[in-house]
Amino acid sequence: MIQKLFFYASPQNFYPLAGKLWPVFACLATGLTVWGLWLGMFVAPADFQQGQGYRIIFVHVPVSWMSMVIYLAMAFWALLGLTFNTRLSGMMTKALAPTGAICAFLSLWTGALWGKPMWGTWWVWDARLTSELILFFLYLGHIALTSAIDDPRRADKAGGILALVGALNVPVIYFSVKWWNTLHQGASVSLTKGSSMAEVMLEAMLIMGVAFWMYAVAMALYRVRSIILVRERHAQWVAELPEVKAQMMKNTAGGANA
Amino acid sequence: MSAFVAIVKRDLTLALRRKNEVITSVFFFVVVAALFPLGIGPEMNTLRLVAPGILWVGALLASMLSLGRMFATDYADGTLEQMALSPNSLSLLVAAKILAHWLLSGLPLVLLAPILGLQFDLSSNALWVLTLSLLLGTPVLSLIGAVGAALTLGVRGGDVLLSLLVLPLYVPALVFGAGAVQAEISGLGASAHLSVLAALVLVAAVFSPWASAASLRIALES
Repeated sequence: MIQKLFFYASPQNFYPLAGKLWPVFACLATGLTVWGLWLGMFVAPADFQQGQGYRIIFVHVPVSWMSMVIYLAMAFWALLGLTFNTRLSGMMTKALAPTGAICAFLSLWTGALWGKPMWGTWWVWDARLTSELILFFLYLGHIALTSAIDDPRRADKAGGILALVGALNVPVIYFSVKWWNTLHQGASVSLTKGSSMAEVMLEAMLIMGVAFWMYAVAMALYRVRSIILVRERHAQWVAELPEVKAQMMKNTAGGANA
Repeated sequence: MSAFVAIVKRDLTLALRRKNEVITSVFFFVVVAALFPLGIGPEMNTLRLVAPGILWVGALLASMLSLGRMFATDYADGTLEQMALSPNSLSLLVAAKILAHWLLSGLPLVLLAPILGLQFDLSSNALWVLTLSLLLGTPVLSLIGAVGAALTLGVRGGDVLLSLLVLPLYVPALVFGAGAVQAEISGLGASAHLSVLAALVLVAAVFSPWASAASLRIALES
């Protein structure tokens, strides 16, 4: 088992595995999304307090979960990369970051869309909203740092340290913001209010949660394949890949025509 | 330990030979604090309310201004490489540089804050708490900032990038620092906030030199 893990730690061996895996996760994500949205939009009853508007939680809650899970996953890969000095770990961290940033952004966006009809305002300085915003900034910082450094090995290591420092800081930020908020004023609206959810709503939400999880895995695997190709473009095994060969033929043919 | 003292002394001497860098960031703090009343209006009740936040955000930005220089000159002339090669642990030497940075850019702000606080009509108790919270909080800014400065060393557009990396991480220090003064003004007592700030300093003091040293090694490798 351990040997297999080390086998796939090499980009050359992971590339075909990721190629086989990402369509599976993408199919799972699509299927679960269709099922979850059908349950959420058509089967689940309207909320007696919030009417139809509450249905945005079927997207909002899963993306918020994923924005946090992906940061943890990044920290995990970063730790692995810094301790074992594996190249693939850095690539995985880099591949996860954009999906995490998108999830954090969607979480803020859908939260605002939900907040306007429910609270009468697009934004409140609630502990969860504020810490989600800061998490979004952390993602942006990570992406900016890794893309500003030209040497990929240095970018990976620097990004890894930043991801770990950020992961240490996330709980501190969450609790500090929570305390800051409660000291100023009691939260006017609690997000956890009405936790006695109808069972079908909870079910739809959980299914959507798994769907977004699968989506994140599929996207990360898809993106890591591109990163592997770019980083290993001078390697022999990349030149021998059938898809690369086909592309090269096309390019030379196009060049001849021009 | 002698290496630690030597580095602190060296950084202080270097800074005192070129005083303008230190003075600029202190002056920035004063100007920012003076701009807010112009923007908000001279209503003393409002100013008293926003003073802790303004002074803290001003201190945070002022201490960030000088972060870029923490390692840059040593990196440019090769001193940093010699430090990495020296038999002393790099974390210790980095800790000395962080201390020097705090003495040069944090301590002046702490000493100036009560005077600026007077402009905002803070009570004497609130002024004490403001000074104390900055005394505990500005080292956190230098410590966290050191990691960011080390990560962005020699990177294109490093200064702007540094602010993007470091500012979100400053949030806890800001919340508890400004919160301590708010709590004192509203009569809740500031001891809880100050204790948390002290805890933040201790945690940052353990992790930051180590993380900064690791980041510096990455920068030196390439």
